[in-house]
Amino acid sequence: MRFYRALKWIRVVVALVFFLALGILFVDVTGIFRPWMYDMFTYLQFTPSILKFINLTTLAAAGFAFVLLLTLLFGRIYCSSICPLGTFQDVLIRLEKKFKIRKRFTYIRTYNWLRFILLGAGILVLVLGSAVVFSWLDPFGNFGKMTTAFARPVLIGLNNIGALILKQFDSYALYHISYKTFNLWPFVFALIVLITLILMTWHRGRLFCNTLCPVGTLLGLVSRFSVFRIKIKESECNSCWRCAFDCKAGCIQAEEKRVDMTRCVGCMNCMTACPKSGIGYKFAWKKNKSQELPETTGTDTGKRKFILNTLLFTLGMRGLLNAQEKIVPTKKTTIPEEKSQTVFPPGGKNIEHFNRFCTACHLCVSACPTQVLQPSFLQYGINGMFQPYLDYHKSFCNYECTKCLDVCPNGALLALPLEEKKLNQLGQVNFIKDNCIVETEGTDCGACSEHCPTKAVYMVPYNGLYLPEINQDICVGCGACEYACPTEPYKAIYVDGNALHHKAKKPEGEKMESPLEEDEFPF
Amino acid sequence: MKRRDFILKGIGAGVAAGAAFSMTGYNRVFGQATSNPPSEGYDLVAVRGGQPGPMFDRAIQSLGGMSKFVKDGQKVVVKPNIGWDTVPERAANTNPELIGRIVKHCLDAGAKEVYVFDNTCDEWTKCYKNSGIEQAAKDAGAKIAPGNTENYYVQVDIPGAKSLTQAKVHELILDSDVFINVPVLKNHGSAKMSIAMKNLMGVVWDRRYWHRNDLHQCIADYCLFHKKPQLNVVDAYRVMMRNGPRGVSVEDVVRMDSLLVSQDIVAVDAAATKLWGDEPENIPYIRIAEEMDLGTMDLASLNIDRIKM
Repeated sequence: MRFYRALKWIRVVVALVFFLALGILFVDVTGIFRPWMYDMFTYLQFTPSILKFINLTTLAAAGFAFVLLLTLLFGRIYCSSICPLGTFQDVLIRLEKKFKIRKRFTYIRTYNWLRFILLGAGILVLVLGSAVVFSWLDPFGNFGKMTTAFARPVLIGLNNIGALILKQFDSYALYHISYKTFNLWPFVFALIVLITLILMTWHRGRLFCNTLCPVGTLLGLVSRFSVFRIKIKESECNSCWRCAFDCKAGCIQAEEKRVDMTRCVGCMNCMTACPKSGIGYKFAWKKNKSQELPETTGTDTGKRKFILNTLLFTLGMRGLLNAQEKIVPTKKTTIPEEKSQTVFPPGGKNIEHFNRFCTACHLCVSACPTQVLQPSFLQYGINGMFQPYLDYHKSFCNYECTKCLDVCPNGALLALPLEEKKLNQLGQVNFIKDNCIVETEGTDCGACSEHCPTKAVYMVPYNGLYLPEINQDICVGCGACEYACPTEPYKAIYVDGNALHHKAKKPEGEKMESPLEEDEFPF
Repeated sequence: MKRRDFILKGIGAGVAAGAAFSMTGYNRVFGQATSNPPSEGYDLVAVRGGQPGPMFDRAIQSLGGMSKFVKDGQKVVVKPNIGWDTVPERAANTNPELIGRIVKHCLDAGAKEVYVFDNTCDEWTKCYKNSGIEQAAKDAGAKIAPGNTENYYVQVDIPGAKSLTQAKVHELILDSDVFINVPVLKNHGSAKMSIAMKNLMGVVWDRRYWHRNDLHQCIADYCLFHKKPQLNVVDAYRVMMRNGPRGVSVEDVVRMDSLLVSQDIVAVDAAATKLWGDEPENIPYIRIAEEMDLGTMDLASLNIDRIKM
């Protein structure tokens, strides 16, 4: 009993460390965290790690293997310690207990057909080229979406109130931060996730983890074979059912003294609940087959059904996959910008790669210092739903910055050295002369050229004024010109995304010489 | 309370600035009469051949020391150009050593506090950091202030302006007793030259308005606003000769090892333009500013202290 209490205590501490650390990383508004801090806490996150590994095949991305090993040893303890969404649900359950909404849990029947369809669909759609199913269901991604959508604006609001108060005392220790990343549909989706989690935890504890979560399903498959499994000692059990009443996963069938390891999230509640220490980890690799769960054996027809269902589901999805949405401007003006490709973040290589590996956790959205990264809705079509894109009407990509590439846990954005990122062409500049101030108002402007880091936009004489001219070869598609352009609502200069990130030409120029003689005063 | 403070201080500063300007006019007349430096001091100091800090030491000494501009217990705002997320060698921002030295002179003269800020173009925390200005200013004892969101800016009227009749100005400009403008001299794609007058674009919020409504006229118009810089210090240590205001690489930059200081913002811009190798008449906003009586670009009429180091 004391041993199990200690074990559970350790589990809770680890869970809180991951939950709080990731929570803080997702709401960081000051940019003080270094890339290695992100790496440290995202390393063990299952889906990001496995996607990154597919991309990089290095130990630096092999966190998922560690998780698999852990699962093979002790079952799904990942779900109650490392997964931030698991801990978030535990927090909800605790709150629900506190407010006496619920008293105890009961055994829940399995929804294996649903679990396997969702996992299979996720994998198949991934193979077909989109991470969209994971983007909807993945626990890390959803934790990120919710934190970015709710916690971050709240924190920014508090910071701004603090800044306002400090200003009364002539202090600029806190500074005002504008919040640019609100996007309606991604927000609505995060809200749906939150409500779903509240309802599910309220009625059935960790139901999400055992029905919708693809990571839970996959680890469940592994934990069926773990070395140590949770078992009820028949000799000790007096059928008080306290273990089952405390089981958040609803996986203990007390009547039959069975524990469904595929659904057990390793929270260790049962072990501390049992007054007789009659339930706990047992070495299970030497047991005979009859002790295995009858429910999980002989499921050939189930498997076949599952594969068929998955295929059908996937085929249904396929039609939606290529629905590449154009950005449709909403306001009226003279000439709209024609963007054929939404601009996706640097390091995304090409649109297929990016759509395939991004689970829309929005860590880059939170980390982006200029807030140019925005959660999308249908800008990429269904297959890239909620993935981040660069909105040049709200901000632009800082030339000397690699933050998003540094923090991406998935390998959807592959790290580039700064010098390479500065040549990574996200898109190409386009100029609409008839929208330009110089043409329409007859005054000088040049804001676009001013902000251009490579002088892909430069000014040439035009009717006694200066008009922008563009050189797409050296343009990196950072969007500084589009952001700076003062015309409304359409810009006179804009970046159309590249489906494949090219390498831009390096801007060239001879070394300038001073027009002055040494010690000359020309006045 | 705050507003009342602001109005009172505003009136005070307006009177002070007005007085400063009439002094400049007086000096100009006086300067034409004699070739020797008058006891009232120089209209403009030009230093060449030194490091940014020592050049400023010499320049401010020639003007009678910082205590002529900063009095005991006053609040000072130093406004460099920190527009871009680039390193000092790229010369897109004011030299950090110069900023540190100016801050030190202000504090030595008895300033209660010295603030440094700019409304940057690139992401502001990166600009402050990578320009080296944040560190240099803090080391010298200044406070760093943000200018990144609209709520630091207060709507003001600019009487007499043609285009820029209103602007949102940073509260520090309105609240401080002394305003020191410290631009870097550089080429500028749209304004042609970016010097002292152009640097004031970084104390207002909505720059897009300037671009939409005759940039040159707006640059000159803003100089009508009553909170004028008491001192303009032009950093021409490293000078960006093309691809301004951001620059593309160090190839755009030459060493001029120069510094200009004046109370007359038009004169200092005219002198800097000549240093750069152009004529002030070719820069529309300098011409407009002189026509609007904001200063003179006739350098021959000024008393200039030329210092070689």
